[in-house]
This record gives sequence, C-alpha cells and structure tokens, in this order.
Amino acid sequence: MTAQDEAAGTTVSRPPDIKAVPVRHPGRWVAVAIIAVIVAMMVHTAVFARVKRGNSLQTRFGWGVVGDYLFARPILQGVLTTLELTAIGMAIGIVGGILLAVMRLSVNPVLSGVSWVYLWFFRGTPLLVQLAFWYSGISYLYPQLSLGVPFGPEVTHFSANNLIVPMVAACIGLGFNEAAYMAEIVRAGILSVEEGQMEAASSLGMNRALTMRRVILPQAMRVIIPPTGNEVISMLKNTSLAYIAAVGELYFAQYIIAARTYQIVPMLLVACIWYLAMTSVLMVGQYYIERHYARGAVRQMPPTPWQKFRGLVRRRPPTPAEIAVDAGADLPTWHGVQGGQH
Amino acid sequence: MTGTPMVLAENIHKSFGALHVLRGIDLRVEPGQVMVLVGPSGSGKTTFLRCINHLEKINAGRLSVDGELVGYRERGGRLHEMRDSEVCRKRAEIGMVFQHFNLFPHMTALQNIMEAPTRVKKVRKDEVRAAAQRLLAQVGLSDRADHYPSQLSGGQKQRVAIARALAMNPKLMLFDEPTSALDPELVGEVLDVMKQLARDGMTMVVVTHEMGFAREVGDEVVFMDGGLVVESGNPREVLTNPQHERTKAFLSKVL
Repeated sequence: MTAQDEAAGTTVSRPPDIKAVPVRHPGRWVAVAIIAVIVAMMVHTAVFARVKRGNSLQTRFGWGVVGDYLFARPILQGVLTTLELTAIGMAIGIVGGILLAVMRLSVNPVLSGVSWVYLWFFRGTPLLVQLAFWYSGISYLYPQLSLGVPFGPEVTHFSANNLIVPMVAACIGLGFNEAAYMAEIVRAGILSVEEGQMEAASSLGMNRALTMRRVILPQAMRVIIPPTGNEVISMLKNTSLAYIAAVGELYFAQYIIAARTYQIVPMLLVACIWYLAMTSVLMVGQYYIERHYARGAVRQMPPTPWQKFRGLVRRRPPTPAEIAVDAGADLPTWHGVQGGQH
Repeated sequence: MTGTPMVLAENIHKSFGALHVLRGIDLRVEPGQVMVLVGPSGSGKTTFLRCINHLEKINAGRLSVDGELVGYRERGGRLHEMRDSEVCRKRAEIGMVFQHFNLFPHMTALQNIMEAPTRVKKVRKDEVRAAAQRLLAQVGLSDRADHYPSQLSGGQKQRVAIARALAMNPKLMLFDEPTSALDPELVGEVLDVMKQLARDGMTMVVVTHEMGFAREVGDEVVFMDGGLVVESGNPREVLTNPQHERTKAFLSKVL
C-alpha cells in the first residue's frame, strides 16, 4: 500500500486498481497524420526552401538577413524606445484611469459626466487617429501655446512645434487612450469591494478620500491586477502605432532599414521576433502575478506550466501532493488580500 | 434624570422611495444606559440605528446625539446640512459594530484597530499601538494581534470589530445584530465582551435577537414593529409580561 496508508496506520483492504482496455481513437491518428504533413510543409518552406534572389541563393524567408539585423544598433534602440513608451504610456494610463474611475463613481454629477464623456471619446476613436492628432493636429490648431489667465493676460507662451515633440505626442496619445480602458478596469475593481467596507470606514469617521486610499483601492487590486497585465501586453503592441508620430520605436526602426535595403519580409520578421520575445516575458510574468492574486480565492491552485509538462510526461494528472511538492516553498500560507471565506 | 440625553429621537420618519420604513419613532437614551431594540425583521430597527450616526438621512423629525442634531446645524431657526468633514467628525464619536463585522481584510487585527486613531485622529503611532494592544487584551485576543481577519473565527472577528470601534473612544456604541452571523457556540464570547462594556458604563444601543442579553444587560427594551415603537420599558417586565398582542406574538416565537 502507499506510504500515506502506512503512515496513517490503517489496514483497510482495498481491491486492486481497475485495469481496463482503453477506448481506441483511430480518428486521432488520421488527424495527427494530416497535421504532420502540413507542419512539415510549413517548416520546409520557412526554413529549408531556397530561392534565387539577384545572383545569390537565399532561404525563402531571408533568415540570413534576419540574423544580420536582429541585434543591429537601430533595432536595439527601437526595442528600448518601445519599452519606454510602454512604461510611460501605462504609467499615465494607470494614474489617469484611477482618477477617471473615482470621478465616474463620484456623487458629483458633473465629475461623473466628464468622466463618461472622456471614455466616450477616447474609446470611440481609433488610437492611430488620436496619435496623429496629438502629433500634428495640436500644432496645426494651436501653433502658439500660452500660459496665463483664462480670457485675460498671458504670462508666457511656447511654440507648439517645440513642445509637442514626437516622443511627447506618443506618450500623451498612448497614455490618454489607455486611461479610458484602465478607468473601466479600476471601476470594476472598486465596485467589487463590499459596501460594508465603505460603511465600516465611514462609521470610524474616515472621509471618502481616506476610505478610498486606505480601504477600497487595496482590496480592489485583486480584481484590477489581472486585466492590467493584459493591458500592458496590448500597450506594448500598440506602441507600434507611434510610428505615425515619427517616434523611432521598433516598428519604425525596422521600417527605415527595410525602406533602405528593400529587405521587407526579413525586417518584419525581426520586429515580430522582438515583439514576441517581449510579450512572452510579460505573459510569463502575468501568469505568475495572476496565480499569486488567486491565492485564497480559489481552493486549489492551477498547475504551473512545469507541473503541466511533468503531468503530460507521466501520462496522468499530478496529484495534489505532487503539486504541493513542486511548488515547494512557493506555497506559503496566504495571508495577504482577503481569505475569501466570508 | 434631566441631564442631556445621549440619544433623543422625536417623531423620526424615514422612507426609501415609496417604502415608509420609520413612521414616527420617539426614543430617549440616557448616558450610561443600555437600550435593546427588538422586533421582527423589516421593523426598522437597523434603519433607526443607522440614522443615529447618519449612515442614513432621516426625512422628518428631530434626532440628536449628546444634545447636538445629527447631520444638521440649526442657525436662526433654519436647518443647515453639515459638511462632510463635520459629519465625519461626529461619526468618529460614535462607535458602530456590524452584523457582518466588516473588518478590513487586508489589515491584521492590530492594524484594523490602529487605522482610524492614526489616520483620523492623527494620534502618535506608538500611543495608538499601546492602546490597541490594551483593547485586544480587553476582548481577550492579545495573541491574535498579527492575524488577518480570514485567519480568525467569526466570534474573534466580531471582538476585533468591537475593539476597533472602541479605539476611537466613542461616547456611544451602536450594535447592529452583532451575533446574528455567528455560529451558536461563538455567540457567548461576543456577548461577554458587550456585557463587560455595559458594566463599565458605556452607553449602548443594541439591535439583537438575544433575549437573554436584553434581560440581563438591558436597562430598557424597545419592541418595534412596522416602523413604530409598539412597547418599551424594563426588560424583565416587557419580556415576561408583554401588554400588546403583537409583542406577545413575537416573543412567543423567539423565546
């Protein structure tokens, strides 16, 4: 018998495990054969097939060129700019989103109305158009930006062309657009917190701002974090639209090289490889953050990819004990956000 | 006794839309008194309790706590709504304990108790910590200071909630069915804390279904039904020898 039974000191007589002939699935083998042929064709055309271009024989996808440019300086510069735009855009988006969500839930009808109109506009128009607007529209409409008393004397003025440089336009455009989406995520998080929390804080004499900051938002985080991870991945990809504002991010960087060398497909592949690498890292991060925040809310943790892989190799699902062992010190008793029992 | 009553309610009315929940409540709670509100659900006990610290606004009548109107200021014969900051200041003087505890789940027991004194009253943190530890000892939970609410039993949660309310040094404590969400075997530990509080002279208004508590601790029991006070008086008399049919019918079911 198993070690557990011995440890428990039980002598329950247990019949042997059932050994039955499993059901055969011939259809699966047909499907496997068809898919194998298709995959082989794809691998062949993508990796091994060679075509004559100019007077040299190259792989069809131009992997040699991809290799030449994958770590080229302008491309790396573009990757860095993409990451910068993602970080700044998300920062503006998160702060703006919290502000808009709080406004939307305000008892003041003017504030909630303003928030609604903001959402209506920024979710209702394409990001590409918004970016173009921030880049060229502002300096077209207001060549001179001035600081002063409304309708009164002006204190100082700047040229919009100097102020709205590409990077600033892109950050504002991406951030303001993101704020509209983050607002809805934050609002859902705030609404997920029990009303009793608000009442308890009120009865202790805490005002609305203090209650929001100390009681409501910390609890809303469990609901806010997972979709925010999605938003970060979306933002990373959306930075490619900043090429319209002439920002030298990854897409723009590869485009310049492609335009000069005519290596259009290899350069797009370079961009794809970098985008995939960055989103993969973010996805892994997101998976573990979500897993972390699910603690206490779900009874049994979903297996990590490594646990799934080992389960596959063993051809049977891992037992809870194995999952616990795999997770090791990674599974302390959860005492962060709410146990979820009540 | 003719001093300022702690709570004075005169002809209180409250409606939620078309629902007329309170239909003329007159009550008087003296300082140091324990008043127990009983009655069937929907009778308006909880609503009345929530009016006392202005979690609900009354529609008509006069309601004052310690001689001052709740939620309004009287100037030149007219009522002026209080600003939010004033309402908060008034609420800080009234402790409230809820049926579902409403502890902050992301804070430990000690942090729950310390939150309001440090953030609202802005008392120095080491002073607050010492006071919070004394309060935890008072409710018998010194060894649970660093536990999160999810790691506490229902009775322990409610005792922390009482300590949290007491940390603001309230002059009045409101209890809204404090034991209704508890397993029967955990009710006693919460009632014990409340009894001790009553013996220490705290003014309390308690909505409860615990008739034993009403009889033992209550100075006055008030039976409410349909948004009105049906009968009130000494708990021993009202609970053992009710005068009204409605009270008799209710008590025959709960006792």
